Amino acid sequence: MKTSNDCVNNNYLEYVKAISPKTNQKRSLLHAFWVGGTICCIGQTFRFILENFIGLSGDELSAYVSMIMIFLGAFLTGLGVYDRIGKYAGGGSIVPITGFANSVVSPAVEFKTEGYIFGTAAKMFTVAGPIIVFGVASSVLVGLLYFIGYRIF
Amino acid sequence: MKRTIYFKNKPIIVGAGSIAGPKESEGSIAKFIETKMQDDTFGEDSFEKAESKMLFNAIKTAIQHAKKQENEIDAIIAGDLLNQIISSTFAARNFRTGYLGVYNACATFSEALTVGATMIDGGYLKNVICATSSHFASAERQYRYPLELGCTRPPQAQWTVTGAGACVISSEGYGPKITASTIGKVVDFGVIDANNMGAAMAPAAMDTLFTHFNETGLTPSDYDLIITGDLGTLGSRIFKDLMWEKGFDIEKQHVDCGELIYNICESEYQGGSGAGCSALVFSSYIYKRLKEKKFKKIIMMATGALLSTVSTQQGESIPAIAHAVVVES
Repeated sequence: MKTSNDCVNNNYLEYVKAISPKTNQKRSLLHAFWVGGTICCIGQTFRFILENFIGLSGDELSAYVSMIMIFLGAFLTGLGVYDRIGKYAGGGSIVPITGFANSVVSPAVEFKTEGYIFGTAAKMFTVAGPIIVFGVASSVLVGLLYFIGYRIF
Repeated sequence: MKRTIYFKNKPIIVGAGSIAGPKESEGSIAKFIETKMQDDTFGEDSFEKAESKMLFNAIKTAIQHAKKQENEIDAIIAGDLLNQIISSTFAARNFRTGYLGVYNACATFSEALTVGATMIDGGYLKNVICATSSHFASAERQYRYPLELGCTRPPQAQWTVTGAGACVISSEGYGPKITASTIGKVVDFGVIDANNMGAAMAPAAMDTLFTHFNETGLTPSDYDLIITGDLGTLGSRIFKDLMWEKGFDIEKQHVDCGELIYNICESEYQGGSGAGCSALVFSSYIYKRLKEKKFKKIIMMATGALLSTVSTQQGESIPAIAHAVVVES
C-alpha cells in the first residue's frame, strides 16, 4: 500500500472485502479450459493440415501456424467477436497467441480516431508492450544462462 | 463550520432535458427519457464527439422544455468525465451564453446544481443551465481498456452510463424548487480497487447525508426519496449499512440511480455509473415525478470517485465526494 492517505480505515476495508462478490472460480476455470482448449485444437488442426497436405516442417511449420492463428485473432477482433469470447473465457482466450493478436489490434482499431500515426501506430502496443518487453528481456536472460552453462559444462 | 446552505428564494427547476444511449433506452426508466439514441456514435465519427453532441442535445431540450429562448440563459454550468472536460466545453462552444466548467467526477451534477442554485438565489443570474454527461465508450477508452480487448470485468465492476441530463434553474416560473444543499467533503477510507467504486464512494455519501441530518435536524422520514448517484448494488448496501451504524435507517427511502437505470443483468454487474447517470435519472424520471407531485421532498446526492488513471497506477487509494441537493415539488 503506497497511499499517502492517513485516514485509511482498516475495519472498513475488511468489511468491504467480506461483502464484495467473488468471482466464481470453478466456472471461470471451466470456461477458460474449454475455450482455450478449443483454440489450441484449431491451431493443431492447421498444423496437421500444413504438415500432411502441404508438406511443411520444423520452424516453417510453426511459423505458418502462428501466422494463421494471429490472423484469426486479429480478424475476429476487427469483427467485434473476440471481446465477447474474452468476456466469457477470460484467460482461456488471453493466453493463446490469438489473445496477443487481440491485444495489439484492439487499441489499433480504437485509437484510429486520433489518426494513423499518433493513434493507431503509437497506441498499438499500449496493452501488448509489456508482454513484448518482458518476453524479449527474459529470452535474452535465458539465452545468456544457456550460453554460460554451455561454456562451463 | 457549516456545510449546509439554505436557499431563501428557492430557485426553481423550470425545465429538464435528457438523452440516453441505446442500452439505457431499454432500461427501467426508458419511458421518461426524451431523446433515445439509436446508435452510440450518434452520427459522429468519434465517441468524444458523440458525447459532446449528446450534451448539446440535452441542453437544447431543456431550454425548449423550459419555454425559454437561448438568449435568456445567463450561464451554462456543465461537466463530464473526460480529460479537461472536453465534452462540456465543446458543447458550450455552440451556445452564446456564459459557461462554467465544473468537475467532481460522477458527483458533478449535484455540484452544478448547487453552484447554479446559489447564483440564482443570490440574485446574480436569472436562468442557469446545469448539465453533465458521460459515455460508456469514451470513458472506457480513457480509464480502462480498448473496447475490443477480450478481458473480463470483475463482479464488483459497474457500467458507465451513456447519457446526459440538463436542468434549467430559474428565479421565477413553475416547477420543483431547490431548497437546500449540503456540500460534500472528500472522504477516503483507503479503497484501492478502481473497479470497486461503490465501496470507495459509500463513505462519502454517508458523510454528506449524516452531516445533512445533523445540521438540518431532519430525519430520513422527512424525505420521500434519498437518491444516491451511482453507488451500484454493492455500494448501496454498504451505504445503508454505514447509515445504520450512525443511527439512521434509510432502507425505505433510499434509491440509487445506478441500480435504477438498467434492468440489471449479468454484464452490468453492480449497475450504472458515470456523471451522466445521476443527471439522466434526475432530469427524466425524478424530475417528471416531482412535477406531477408524486414526490414531495427528495434529497439527491450524486457521488463521485475522484481518481485518475495516474493516481491508480501510482498506488493511491480512491478519494470520493458526494454533494446533496434538496428538491421540493
